[in-house]
Amino acid sequence: MSVTRDVDALPAITSLRRKDLLGIADLSPDEIALVLDTAEAMKEIGSRPIKKVPALRGKTVVNLFFEPSTRTRTSFEIAEKRLSADTLNIAIASSSVVKGETLADTALNLEAMSPDMIVLRHSSSGACHLLSRICRSSIINAGDGMHEHPTQALLDAFTIREHKKRLRGLKVAIVGDLLHSRVLRSNIHLLTKMGADVWVCGPPTLMPADIGRFGVQATSVIEDAVRDADVIMLLRIQLERMEGAYFPSLREYFTIFGMTEARLKLAQPDAIIMHPGPMNRGVEIASEVADGPYSVILEQVANGVAVRMAVLHLLASAPEHEEAA
Amino acid sequence: MKRLLKSGRVIDPVNAIDGVMDVLIDGERIVQVGRDLPTDGASVVEVPANLVVCPGFIDMHVHLREPGQEHKETVATGVAAAVAGGFTAVACMPNTVPVNDSATVTALILAKAAEAALARVYPIGAVSKASKGELLADIAELKHAGCVAITDDGHPVATALLLRRALEYAGMFDIPVIEHCEEPSLKGDGVAHEGFHAAALGLRGIPGACEALGVERGVLLSELTGSAFHVAHMSARASMRAVAKGKTAGVRVTCEVAPHHFTLTDEALRTPVPYDTNMKMNPPLREAADRDAMLAGIADGTVDAIATDHAPHHYDEKNAEFDRAPFGIVGLETAVSLSLDRLVHSGLIRLPRLVELMSVNPARILRVTGGSLSPGAPADITVIAPDLAVRVEARAMRSRSKNTPFDGWELRGGVAATIVGGRTAFVNPSVAALKEW
Repeated sequence: MSVTRDVDALPAITSLRRKDLLGIADLSPDEIALVLDTAEAMKEIGSRPIKKVPALRGKTVVNLFFEPSTRTRTSFEIAEKRLSADTLNIAIASSSVVKGETLADTALNLEAMSPDMIVLRHSSSGACHLLSRICRSSIINAGDGMHEHPTQALLDAFTIREHKKRLRGLKVAIVGDLLHSRVLRSNIHLLTKMGADVWVCGPPTLMPADIGRFGVQATSVIEDAVRDADVIMLLRIQLERMEGAYFPSLREYFTIFGMTEARLKLAQPDAIIMHPGPMNRGVEIASEVADGPYSVILEQVANGVAVRMAVLHLLASAPEHEEAA
Repeated sequence: MKRLLKSGRVIDPVNAIDGVMDVLIDGERIVQVGRDLPTDGASVVEVPANLVVCPGFIDMHVHLREPGQEHKETVATGVAAAVAGGFTAVACMPNTVPVNDSATVTALILAKAAEAALARVYPIGAVSKASKGELLADIAELKHAGCVAITDDGHPVATALLLRRALEYAGMFDIPVIEHCEEPSLKGDGVAHEGFHAAALGLRGIPGACEALGVERGVLLSELTGSAFHVAHMSARASMRAVAKGKTAGVRVTCEVAPHHFTLTDEALRTPVPYDTNMKMNPPLREAADRDAMLAGIADGTVDAIATDHAPHHYDEKNAEFDRAPFGIVGLETAVSLSLDRLVHSGLIRLPRLVELMSVNPARILRVTGGSLSPGAPADITVIAPDLAVRVEARAMRSRSKNTPFDGWELRGGVAATIVGGRTAFVNPSVAALKEW
């Protein structure tokens, strides 16, 4: 994790030599930079009147979603269509899991139809690793349990880079439900690999064990986290967490950890506000902040398409796979 | 028929024996252990110089899965695995389907064991009816049918009151209560040790305190009732402290540690294979400080027994998402090699202490025969090959299930032969000198 790289420098590599994107933990700083640079070119495609290139023509991509998702699934589907892939959506309601089929068997059956890529969203951490051991197809992790959501972290980094022109040396504060967040884990890996100064903040009840070993500063004092921050990222508080006694009430959570305009004043004057969505207004973020001029929340959504196009394209054109066995 | 095991190193801690001796067996029983015993019409078996003759090893914590889950294991395949792993006896947990809470189930297990005629099988009965934690099982009935202890293993006894009653009631028959120590609310839906590695993998954690609270509860209630309390598959350093404290205070508490808990740590969740479901067991693989505490307890005498918590699961059940796969791994066929490699060859303990952990103490805790080579004792003998080069091969295991985290491991030390009641139940084909056994 000590290896860092200036994003201003040219990428040292020109292709991803891997079959799958299972998590940011596996990527090198060069690979991350390559995805982000490629996404810039992809973003341009989205601004054309005809938003389609033939890069994935004849390739079959299966979006296999075992958890409900609107944003991520739509984003992947648009990205695939802009690259001319043939796409197929399989959602949990219509999946055979309800009939008692195992994930391994579902994967083997899909595999028998020779898709080129499988985009997997699953509630179990490590589900993508299981699939990657079974399938010859490329597996792209679209969120597995509490583990990783790599394309979210890549689109977050892309958005930060558009505004700040760099990642190295930025103070990034991530506030919210850290324990249950796959977005947090992917962002920690990515931002620390790229040399950012990462602060995480939340109640101790929602802090992963041994958080210090992730190479971040952890605090339960939001003022310390956001002071002089260049980037503030809020994470969703799931309303059912109160039942697990993680905190007493949404009102009290907002009082202690809610992102307000007053707290925002502690940050750098040009700080940006991010949220992976879906937001709980008035819980982790005040509406004025979510809708304020410094908020880049909708840009994140827009950039998601470009970043996912980059990932799909780079994996599809990988010259050889050097994924560890 | 008499047999004379000639000129082997014999370790029999109960009789303070450690030296080159002969062991004379007549039928099912030991006649005598001594130097240069007369042949006296016995058939002579030369013990190669690099082997060690020990009282039979006893694994006091296995799951044989019969009745009800014969796709994982049967009594027959379980005892075949046991003798191949050097165990002359196993004690089997009651969480079968149905639960062993009656003489009927106990009798069925014993009948299957008699039919298989390999290792001895000591059934352990349930504390509560159907292990539901509500009403006590018919403990006298279980005892008379052949159960040697009671437990609700798989779960802790539901309430402190029920555990107290079980201890008091079992005290009447002088059988121990074996406890799966765990505070259920702290376990929740956890699947791995709460620490850095589970946090990085996004796996829900189970802290060491979850187990230690259960140990503390049991030690206190053992002190209150004066009855014997045995901690199953101990894994956390705070549990070790609680047991040590209890022993110092004179409480009748004993404990066992499984080979995977003194060998592996939670780092194995990530490497070499991330989310390997053969690294999933309960209690979970813990962090290095806990593993080191298990080793220290084995060295300083706090730990009484090594037991495997042999928990066979079918391939299909383990080939699943990590959080959906069942807890548990097989252990019978790797325990001796892991113990020799990690405990003896590392210099932590010497062979006589290993014999205490695997034979003397399990026999003492369960009040069963065995644990010594005293004249008149059953001729249950484990012959170990401390320097044998062993390569673990899951495929070759006798157990019906192959869910081991040690597949492909190369270890120093193994089992040469297993003799149960004077009959040779297993001879290791890779020990060439034993052809005539």
